[in-house]
Amino acid sequence: MALTALFFYLFAAVTVMSGLLVIVARNPVHAVLWLILAFFNAAGLFVLLGAEFLAMILVVVYVGAVAVLFLFVVMMLDVDFASLRAGFIRHASVGALVGLVLLVELIMVLATRVIGGASVAAGAAKAPAAAPAITNTEALGRLLYTQYVYFFQAAGLILLVAMIGAIVLTLRHKEGVRRQSISAQNARNPATAIEIVNLAPGQVIMPSGERR
Amino acid sequence: MEIGLGHYLAVAACLFTLGIFGIFLNRKNVIVILMSVELMLLAVNINLVAFSSYLGNLTGQVFALFVLTVAAAEAAIGLAIVVVYFRNRGTIAVEDINMMKG
Repeated sequence: MALTALFFYLFAAVTVMSGLLVIVARNPVHAVLWLILAFFNAAGLFVLLGAEFLAMILVVVYVGAVAVLFLFVVMMLDVDFASLRAGFIRHASVGALVGLVLLVELIMVLATRVIGGASVAAGAAKAPAAAPAITNTEALGRLLYTQYVYFFQAAGLILLVAMIGAIVLTLRHKEGVRRQSISAQNARNPATAIEIVNLAPGQVIMPSGERR
Repeated sequence: MEIGLGHYLAVAACLFTLGIFGIFLNRKNVIVILMSVELMLLAVNINLVAFSSYLGNLTGQVFALFVLTVAAAEAAIGLAIVVVYFRNRGTIAVEDINMMKG
């Protein structure tokens, strides 16, 4: 149990510290790398909570896809990030005020300990009984493919729409690039593709089609 | 030293506050604002998974999975919009994004 507490404090401290470094890092590439570290440690917290499947999904989806997407965009855009940091200190005071108010509110909510009452204790007593029978992934799969199957399909649809949307937004057709047009190729027949010409001796056809 | 639900909620509260703080701190940089939104969604996910674990109910984890899906879609679309905007205007500063006078 002491080991669990040790790992909890390790993961929690690194998550919060790297979260802080994400927002104060001067270089956006460093910010993305700190974000990746935050995601890894949040995945560690998920493992401690017994949600192994979500932890792995977090690493695969966030670190493998989203963070790399951020990294590509940061490296691809030739932005003067120094100018974007102007007014950093001025905004910091307002942001610190808002953040402090929010944090105090959240701590006050936690400090009332309504959620730490009997309901959680009852749930905690119930949880270990179900845990050893099947793994977290199996339980989640059973729930996801039965009770929540329509939501699961809707999630797939959202990802499809996001994929098509991102492609439509960023695809551009440059002028002067020769592309294959398969329908035009398939529509060719001898009548349109072949021309029989009768040339006199010494006559040539110029590339423009003119005979000389 | 028992680790309880309150510990996880405290971590999530700190992360969420950092996300809000990051939006105020980097008001000009869209990319860092998107990263702050990701931090806030991560905090929400930690909350959902912590409650799911301590209440012995998997619905929270299912919901966290859907939040993850929507967050991935949001990041993809958001970054696509940033790329298109940068191609058209040559800048991603937030105060220059005023074509709709919003």
